[in-house]
Amino acid sequence: MSLDSQFDLWEVFIQSKSGQPYVHAGSIHACDNKMAMQNARDTYTRRGEGTSIWVMPSKYIVASNPDDNEMLFDPANDKVYRHPTFYVMPEGAKNI
Amino acid sequence: MYNEHSDAHFQMRIDKGEHIEAKDYMPENYRKHLIRQISQHANSEVIGMQPEGNWITRAPSLRAKQILLAKIQDEGGHGLYLYCAAETLGVSRVELIENLHEGKAKYSNIFNYPALNWADIGAIGWLVDGAAIVNQVSLQRTSYGPYSRAMVRICKEESFHQRQGYEIMAKMMKGTKDQQAMAQDAMNRWWWPALMMFGPHDTDSPHSSDAVKWKIKRETNDELRQKFIDKTIPQAELIGLKVPDGKIKLNEKTGHYTIGEINWEEFYRVIAGHGPCNKQRMEHHIKFHEEGAWVRKAAVAHKQKHLKKELQTV
Repeated sequence: MSLDSQFDLWEVFIQSKSGQPYVHAGSIHACDNKMAMQNARDTYTRRGEGTSIWVMPSKYIVASNPDDNEMLFDPANDKVYRHPTFYVMPEGAKNI
Repeated sequence: MYNEHSDAHFQMRIDKGEHIEAKDYMPENYRKHLIRQISQHANSEVIGMQPEGNWITRAPSLRAKQILLAKIQDEGGHGLYLYCAAETLGVSRVELIENLHEGKAKYSNIFNYPALNWADIGAIGWLVDGAAIVNQVSLQRTSYGPYSRAMVRICKEESFHQRQGYEIMAKMMKGTKDQQAMAQDAMNRWWWPALMMFGPHDTDSPHSSDAVKWKIKRETNDELRQKFIDKTIPQAELIGLKVPDGKIKLNEKTGHYTIGEINWEEFYRVIAGHGPCNKQRMEHHIKFHEEGAWVRKAAVAHKQKHLKKELQTV
């Protein structure tokens, strides 16, 4: 980091209500855990948007490469039997 | 087999309505256009804190002061969302700030006008934020994912800004003759600059055609300006404000208002740096950026001290 650093980049995840998944809200800059948490709170929860916050340095995120999409997601393309609508139910069957 | 790294494939994705993400292929000019537009947008949020910040200590009531503080804090937050969106395109925050200070990156022209009295705080919220909202609502559907997501978040927060401004104007118009005159004076000074916020007419807009083709812009300058005009004139009339334009007419057939000619000479003069506050805005930003350098240094030193401790205990 240079002397006039803008710090490291962090990603912020917010849980809107207890029981809900943590959803990516955006990024912030911070130089340590405590500053990251404070900046995330000030930047992304000014109106009660969250009950819980996760922050993590962006450099630790491993992202898929869009060029590999075809290969990466191909295995799911020919497995329609993984969906409930694939199955034929007998006429009149209920609650299933 | 198509080439995923071709402009043709990129355009096909845009035409299908797909969003482009940071790691996806994009033409170099798409990236450049976005960096220019998003950083200008971010700079506007941050520079826009200045005319209002000027009135925090002079707000007429505790309620007004709390509201103004919250609004200005929002603007700072919006700047941060947008700087982060620009950073996903491979430009650093340090560069973005440098470009602003060196005049290579612009901010909205409107903030080169002064906020002279309390009525201006009303006019800024109602007209300036109102115009910004029209633009931002449209940009929620912009093709670049991180920009679009920042816009969705900003739009959610921004409507309070416009309503608090309109409330101030409505209150003053119910007040004394002097207060009414102040509100009208603010309206007279902010109306035209607010219309200029949408940029030159479509026929004179140098960046529009690519931006529309790439769906960075979803509506043209003139379309957006017309939306703002149609919304705002009835709001002005409702509280007894006169729009400072003798040529305004409602076209009964189309339901749209037509207005007089915008003074584009003034627009280009202010953009070129000759507005009332250009120099003041930039000097203020540079001064506080430089005076804050010790805080950034201290934070880095603090981090390094703790890193050392962690290493020693391992």
